[in-house]
Amino acid sequence: MPAVGVLALQGGVAEHISILMQLGCDVKEIRTPDELESLSALILPGGESTTLISLMNRWKLTSPLRTMGEDGFPIFGTCAGAVLLSKEIDEKEHEITQNSLGLADVKAVRNYFGRQTCSFLESIDVTGLPEPFPGVFIRAPLLLPLADDVEVLSSVEDGPVLLRQNNLWLSSFHPELTPDCRIHRLFLENQGILKRSG
Amino acid sequence: MKDSRKEGTWEAKKGLAQMLKGGVIMDVVTPEHALIAQEAGAVAVMALERVPSDIRIQGGVARMSDPDMIRGIQEQVNIPVMAKCRIGHFVEAQILEAMQIDYIDESEVLTPADEKYHVNKHDFSVPFVCGATNLGEALRRIGEGAAMIRTKGEAGTGNVVEAVRHARAVTGAISKLRVTPVQELMTIAKEMGAPYDLVKYVHENGCLPVVNFAAGGIATPADAALMMQLGLDGVFVGSGIFKSGNPEKRARAIVEAVSRFDSPEVLAEVSRNLGEAMVGINISTLPDEERLANRGW
Repeated sequence: MPAVGVLALQGGVAEHISILMQLGCDVKEIRTPDELESLSALILPGGESTTLISLMNRWKLTSPLRTMGEDGFPIFGTCAGAVLLSKEIDEKEHEITQNSLGLADVKAVRNYFGRQTCSFLESIDVTGLPEPFPGVFIRAPLLLPLADDVEVLSSVEDGPVLLRQNNLWLSSFHPELTPDCRIHRLFLENQGILKRSG
Repeated sequence: MKDSRKEGTWEAKKGLAQMLKGGVIMDVVTPEHALIAQEAGAVAVMALERVPSDIRIQGGVARMSDPDMIRGIQEQVNIPVMAKCRIGHFVEAQILEAMQIDYIDESEVLTPADEKYHVNKHDFSVPFVCGATNLGEALRRIGEGAAMIRTKGEAGTGNVVEAVRHARAVTGAISKLRVTPVQELMTIAKEMGAPYDLVKYVHENGCLPVVNFAAGGIATPADAALMMQLGLDGVFVGSGIFKSGNPEKRARAIVEAVSRFDSPEVLAEVSRNLGEAMVGINISTLPDEERLANRGW
């Protein structure tokens, strides 16, 4: 099985790698366009979205990643990674003029829940998981679907927090910050990269 | 709000620092600086009234910044905003928490308010970062609730030597602890003055339980990449940016250097033509009472 790539410019890279390795995947850190060759899927980790956007542009990753996403390549963005995938980016307090990959028909509202003192842990129900998942939300965005084929896989009281649009997965929480591998497994199984267990 | 929602948990405090990894946190004194930092790709800014090199020159008691000044910076940028309180000054910390600051730096750069005790950081829902010169100090701060550690290099000198010393002291002690027989751990905990359970954690996992950044004296992209290659998770840059000839360009170059710290070709490219670096101070000429690393216990 080809390796799963993790964008390794900034953010929670090691945490995703550790979960993917627990699932038996080969993992490759991605910093340059050459490294995008022969991957099975790509993870865009959490971090600071303004930093990630600027570094992706600087190291010429934005346009190849956009092409891959448009061609149906499986990409999972967590938190800031989900912001990068979204077509629209909004914020409660500030004017935002970020340009992102703009692949998924989703509007990401940055820092929706407030500043760091409002970051939280909440047990969430996820379609496809029999037991609830421990969601770690850190200065998290809310993810609003803009098209009919965007499926909501999990919501909190405030709105959707896990979405899927065909090859694109977006979470506003950090599945990599818990030892629980189930969300990563769900993504990889759904995209035909891991065989379904049981 | 759902009953199961828990704010200010250890996961959330430690988690924000994990999201800052591979990034640069910049000292800023005005909203304009903060915007330059954000546009250059900083992962967070540290809002303060005077950068450390000015505190050194001007002297006097250095305190928490004016809330209005911090508010101005919070309104300007959407990246996390950090601010400093004095060592042991838990009321300054309460004020910063009330202002919804994203991270508090209990910092030796300000004049200490308590000569014996640091803030009990478990009392707060806002996370704290603290400086450490060695592993014992790092584990004491984590024991008090710090969710992020940084080196305590000599801020405001533009000289990276102390940050390197602290980074090597911490990583060297971690490697040693990793291979130490379990039987010896309690004695080591006693000698280090560190909580036993944290000593045991480091022995079992070969790393600190929280993120570890470099701080103090970082002035060039090469300094920043050096700290990353020494195994730290990210860097704080204080006076090094806004006391240099071309802050915008230098800020961007340091961000790029940290993201590609293991590529000498990239480092050569980003280090070109940055203008004057900050002048810097030779630390061996600093009298002991002016050395910030000696503050905190």
